[in-house]
Amino acid sequence: MDKIVCTCGNVNPAGTELCESCGRPLNEETKEKKIVDMRYEGSARRSQTYNKTIIDKVWNFFSSVKVGMWIIVAILIAAAIGTILPQVFYVPATNETDIAAYYERIYGTFGTLYYQLGLSDLYSSWWFQGLVGMLGISLVIASLDRVIPLYKSLKKQKTKRHISFLKRQRVFGIGKTDVSEESLLSAEEKLKELKYKVKREGNAILAERGRFSRWGPYVNHLGLIIFLFGVMLRALPGFYVDETMWLREGETLYVPETDGYFLESKEFIYETYSKEESKEVYGEAIDRVGTIAKNYQTDVALYKGPEGSVAGHTEELTFEKEASIQVNKPVKFDNFSVFQMDFRLDELATMTFQLQDKETQKSYGEFKIDLADPQPLYELDKGYKVEVMDYYADFTGFEEGIPQSKSPLPNNPAFLIKMYSPEFPKGETSFVMIKETVEPLGENQHKIAFQSVETRDVSGLTVRKDLTLPLLALGGLIFMIGVAQGSYWNHRRIWVQLLEDGQTVIAAHTNKNWLSVKRDLDKVTEVAHLPKYLDQQDTDSLEEKVDIEEGV
Amino acid sequence: MDMASLSSTLLFVAFVAYLIATFLFGGAVKSSNSKTTKSFERWGKLAITVTILGFIANLGYFITRWIAAGHAPVSNLFEFTTAFGMMVVGAFILIYFIYKTPALGLFALPIALIIIAYASMFPTEITPLIPALKSYWLTIHVITAAMGEAILAISAVAGFIYLLKNIDLTKKSKERFWIEAVMFVLVLVIGFIVATVSFSLADYKAEYSYISKDESQHNIEYTMPALFGMNESVALTEGAFEPIAEMPPLVNAKKLTTVVWTILFGTVIYILLRLILRKRIATVLQPLTKKSNSQLMDEIGYRAVLIGFPVFTLGALIFAMIWAHEAWSRFWGWDPKEVWALITFLFYAVFLHLRLSKGWDGKRSAWIALIGFIIIMFNLIAVNLILAGLHSYA
Repeated sequence: MDKIVCTCGNVNPAGTELCESCGRPLNEETKEKKIVDMRYEGSARRSQTYNKTIIDKVWNFFSSVKVGMWIIVAILIAAAIGTILPQVFYVPATNETDIAAYYERIYGTFGTLYYQLGLSDLYSSWWFQGLVGMLGISLVIASLDRVIPLYKSLKKQKTKRHISFLKRQRVFGIGKTDVSEESLLSAEEKLKELKYKVKREGNAILAERGRFSRWGPYVNHLGLIIFLFGVMLRALPGFYVDETMWLREGETLYVPETDGYFLESKEFIYETYSKEESKEVYGEAIDRVGTIAKNYQTDVALYKGPEGSVAGHTEELTFEKEASIQVNKPVKFDNFSVFQMDFRLDELATMTFQLQDKETQKSYGEFKIDLADPQPLYELDKGYKVEVMDYYADFTGFEEGIPQSKSPLPNNPAFLIKMYSPEFPKGETSFVMIKETVEPLGENQHKIAFQSVETRDVSGLTVRKDLTLPLLALGGLIFMIGVAQGSYWNHRRIWVQLLEDGQTVIAAHTNKNWLSVKRDLDKVTEVAHLPKYLDQQDTDSLEEKVDIEEGV
Repeated sequence: MDMASLSSTLLFVAFVAYLIATFLFGGAVKSSNSKTTKSFERWGKLAITVTILGFIANLGYFITRWIAAGHAPVSNLFEFTTAFGMMVVGAFILIYFIYKTPALGLFALPIALIIIAYASMFPTEITPLIPALKSYWLTIHVITAAMGEAILAISAVAGFIYLLKNIDLTKKSKERFWIEAVMFVLVLVIGFIVATVSFSLADYKAEYSYISKDESQHNIEYTMPALFGMNESVALTEGAFEPIAEMPPLVNAKKLTTVVWTILFGTVIYILLRLILRKRIATVLQPLTKKSNSQLMDEIGYRAVLIGFPVFTLGALIFAMIWAHEAWSRFWGWDPKEVWALITFLFYAVFLHLRLSKGWDGKRSAWIALIGFIIIMFNLIAVNLILAGLHSYA
């Protein structure tokens, strides 16, 4: 396409609406407007100029603010829909069948529908992430499409602008006042005092202030792009770790994904507010609510194993440090943080039994089963022994005669046990549960009598590594700088010109906060006796003015 | 007098001051023929002085409660909502000193009054902090987020004035219907306050037992006559109101009861108002906006978003992410409150783009500002009360 040569001699790129140099409108459409569109200074944007190849079409699609807004609105609505019911990661179930069952049981038909439509895992769906990706592309293209021509245009603008440009400004005034060189000078002075950058060219003044605020939107878009890029990086291996570990008191476990770090739980502490020990003002709340949690804490010791050590090998550990992991206070080491997230109080640790004669209750010895590590055989005195044939940590009942365990957690331990004694060298079989015993192979003479338990607390810890955080922080920072730059400053321009026919023209433009620029103009007008101006968009004042003129 | 009761007294003083200031702003709006008259200036000055005095008392409430509790008073629904009401007044004062428009005060202060009154309907006692809230980020995140939301709320007030002034209420139109709908919603909030206060003055309390969705038995105390019963509800209090209908376990019938009583009270109040005034409420209020300049209101609506948007982003997203990373191990977890903060952010981003690029100003911009306020209030209140999530502290 051809370049456009303006009457003033400036050569503008094809598609320019207002001459970059003098501001004359360059096409019929612009000429017909009462107030010109100053958003991008009437500069030639690629998207408004070319529309032939596929690249043009893709570019134009993503550079459109309208398209960008529809993408945002789509994300917004989708995000809202995702909050109607809890997402899968907040549901207390891990496998697909249980999750489906959960939605149906708690939320009925609607829950099933929500689950089947994939709304229960909406934020990780391909289409939602696709929308976010499209927003990212839109941010890049829409910014490039505007920032480059805008930069060129603002750089090229001349101090002296054509009257056809000035009279199409929203704030505009023209009149025959005796404006001399002297008043132009005092106008310049006043504008400088108001912190404007003032340029003079013959009888024309251009005062400009806060141009850098025009770059705010592009700076904040850059911040968002960096942020989204950081989020994408999380998908690469090595950048992001999200693991959970259940650590029992006294236990030492490998910290998943780390380079040979081990954690030992010394103690789990759970505290609530008591009326006696807390501040008096809390009394009323404690009375009303009952129990209010005060602290969840795991006291741990951190160890480092030798190079290449993995789970299970707790020999040769070197002590690193002791720490108390509390909510809001994770322990940190080697890019990893371990958080206090959950707990279970009083999990069964050991159970102690006696082998007894069923009738006389005479004891033939005691044995203690470590529920985390049950031994196959417990030898007692005088030839008595107990064999643990099978262990069901979380016993739920029999299915077709076979004992079932729901999980490996010792919530409801049960044992299939063989008791050996001099009388029964081949052994008697007994199924031992809490509070109950079944004798599956007929009447026994001996029994396993429950004596006592030991319990311990379990800490639910989250292990996290996130190497993208610095990038996210950078993106966030740049976004905040850009958004502040664009919001708290504004780009004001005031034009004053002495025309050849003796009339004086004033015009002003700002990208926002018109009241402020008008106040500036009032101050300048006062010292320099410039003509009165009108806000051509302020219909209320225009009507008022007409009313006054008509004598209403 | 101890700190806690001094704190309540100061809040009451602030409330009364805002009430008086509202009428004074009314005087300022009514008295003037043109902006420069003496009487206008007198009323205006008096009004803003009383507002500032009220605000100082309100800050006094905030500080004394902080001292009494030992943590920033933003840890439950009462405290947070009250702080939000206070900040709406603060944001109004800020904008007033830029634009000097009494009409803004006339509408912003009643909104703040309603918010503070609404806040007082929740349990007001000082609560100790649960482990998740024990962090200096509580102070930083919540106060910044509330400040941002309060400034954004002023945008809605300006938009409301703009619409009230510019909608032709003599002809039937969609606009006329919706602006009256906004009035109705405000009356509903008043309905909630009246209902809560009436039943609490009558000292109504009834306890029921019910079976929850995990099939265990719980007790629940109603403070309003139970229109709806919880799942398999059985009255424990003698002579308790027999629920009209019983709800499945998924529905919290106590909250539903409150909602229905609110609608009943609100609608009755609305109908009474209409009968007494014999006009639409919007029509009654319209003359008060007559002297405000549309262009200026439009600019205030925009300016408030420009000031509030960065503050909101900083408080409700950035500080929130930093804290979430410390407390919940991840900076973002799609918790409903987080999502609704994101929605608010996206919504105002759309507002700014439409204004900047599509030239949406005037009525369209004003409507969007109003919807934005609805989203903020939804996140503030409904998300805590309706949607389950990590933020359900109150």
